[in-house]
Amino acid sequence: MDLKKINLEECLKLLKEKKISSKELTSFYIKEAETNKDLNAYISINSDKAIKSAEESDKRISSNNARPLEGVPIAIKDLFCTKDILTTAASKMLNNFKPTYESTVTQNLWDAGAILLGKTNLDEFAMGSSNETSFFGASLNPWSKNNKKYVPGGSSGGSASAVSGNIAIAATGTDTGGSIRQPASYCGIVGLKPTYGRCSRWGIVSFASSLDQAGPMTKTVNDAALMLDVMAGYDKKDSTSANLKKTNFYEKLKDKQKLRIGIPKQYKNTQLNNEIIKMWDLGIEHFKKNNCEIVEIDLPHTEYALATYYIISSAEASSNLARYDGVRYGLRNNSENIDDLYEKTRSEGFGEEVKRRIMIGTYVLSAGYYDAYYLKAQKVRSKIINDFKKAFESVDIIFTPTAPSDAFEQGSKIDDPIQMYLNDVFTVPVSLAGLPAISVPMGLSKNNLPLGFQIIGKSFDEDSVFKAAKIIEENSNFNKEDKK
Amino acid sequence: MDIDKKLVKKIATLSRVKIEEKEIEKISKELSEIITWVEKLNEVDTNNVTPVANPSDIKIPFRKDEINDGKIEEKILKNAPEKKAGYFVVPKVVE
Repeated sequence: MDLKKINLEECLKLLKEKKISSKELTSFYIKEAETNKDLNAYISINSDKAIKSAEESDKRISSNNARPLEGVPIAIKDLFCTKDILTTAASKMLNNFKPTYESTVTQNLWDAGAILLGKTNLDEFAMGSSNETSFFGASLNPWSKNNKKYVPGGSSGGSASAVSGNIAIAATGTDTGGSIRQPASYCGIVGLKPTYGRCSRWGIVSFASSLDQAGPMTKTVNDAALMLDVMAGYDKKDSTSANLKKTNFYEKLKDKQKLRIGIPKQYKNTQLNNEIIKMWDLGIEHFKKNNCEIVEIDLPHTEYALATYYIISSAEASSNLARYDGVRYGLRNNSENIDDLYEKTRSEGFGEEVKRRIMIGTYVLSAGYYDAYYLKAQKVRSKIINDFKKAFESVDIIFTPTAPSDAFEQGSKIDDPIQMYLNDVFTVPVSLAGLPAISVPMGLSKNNLPLGFQIIGKSFDEDSVFKAAKIIEENSNFNKEDKK
Repeated sequence: MDIDKKLVKKIATLSRVKIEEKEIEKISKELSEIITWVEKLNEVDTNNVTPVANPSDIKIPFRKDEINDGKIEEKILKNAPEKKAGYFVVPKVVE
């Protein structure tokens, strides 16, 4: 078997059957990650510690004491705090930050036997849809060809690039407005944003706390289920994490279920190009063939979701990022005067997009404008949530494109913030409602770039999301190796 | 809403971000465009609508207010840019 093309499920089987050791596998991926620098997918690679962990995993495997993800090297978005290991959020502000604690989601992965391969690139503080706002330079879409450089999407672009480029078996991402799903679509991989509260947010560098969720980015739907079973769970350190019983998404995926599929009519009214509409129709046919019922649904407040999202996420970001003051950790630009120290530190440490969002957020929360912008957005959010609640009275899942286009070229949108924000038109409503949604690759555009489709579920019904995703995966003839 | 140069300066101060005089015009234009774009929300009737701060239906639990750790001064100070005798160091703030 070609180790480079292996998925998580296959990898676990090889390890279990002792056809390969974790040390061999981990060494192989460290070498791949180190030699494929052109993708700029990693900010740091955990070479020494990973080999040591692999040796421990091999001992456990040989004594039949293996845990669910024993011995598998995994890439982690550099937004998750990892104890004593550089955690940058792709910002100059945290260029030297080594946390003294571990995020709950990564701890859950290590407790299940997974191994940290490296920390992946992202848009600075997860603010962006192209990976171009990273202090460490943009990550590249592995589907780039003919001297054209395409973005991997963002913000979890490094994770998507690494999995798609076969320099990671699986990765974690975080999603605030589409940051797992959109890069998964652009890079031709599977990416799931779980229900808000499914995974603990503790130890993840905060962007917008009422929206942020961690999730898996993998080569297959089964792999995403395997990962989420380990990542999810109640954590008393995150008061918004859900105290529910242990999940078993992977095992439950084997049961078939007749699903009612909702197609939102408002999503067709957007300026979608023909190839996306055609592929969407093809997906609908796949569901019909699998005994699913298709229902047209109404999400009347769709067109207000982006504006609502930018007010709420920027407001929360301006508050969350107030902590970067040059006093307790992170960058410091010294001065004789404390206010001057704050201002100089923050101007030097934050990039342009981060500063823009802090300023927007500060404005919409400021005296005299709070009601007109922030409170208004919170009310429209309520209407968007109710749209979904009503729609889910007659359907089990909702099926839409993940993004309005395939990947775009580097540099083509970075100077126009609003054009960049429009990439998230289909992912943002779901985030505002806190619902689970997955992006699954379906095929290639005329530019030979992947197109992913989104499956949205009811709150805490990831089971149906996975099952529907499996139908799309099994019926699409998408081949992730077509890029070679 | 037009975010003029005066307002840009005020927002920058509130945000504790230093901006150069030559950047102000560009920022004013960008912020004005974004704010005008989000004003689309005024089309939505939100009378008698309850604002949402947390999308989850799960009630946030209370916990007992008790100390469950301690003696972690070293950890807390580990990443401090400047520290002395177990404290963070800042420029003099009281005359």
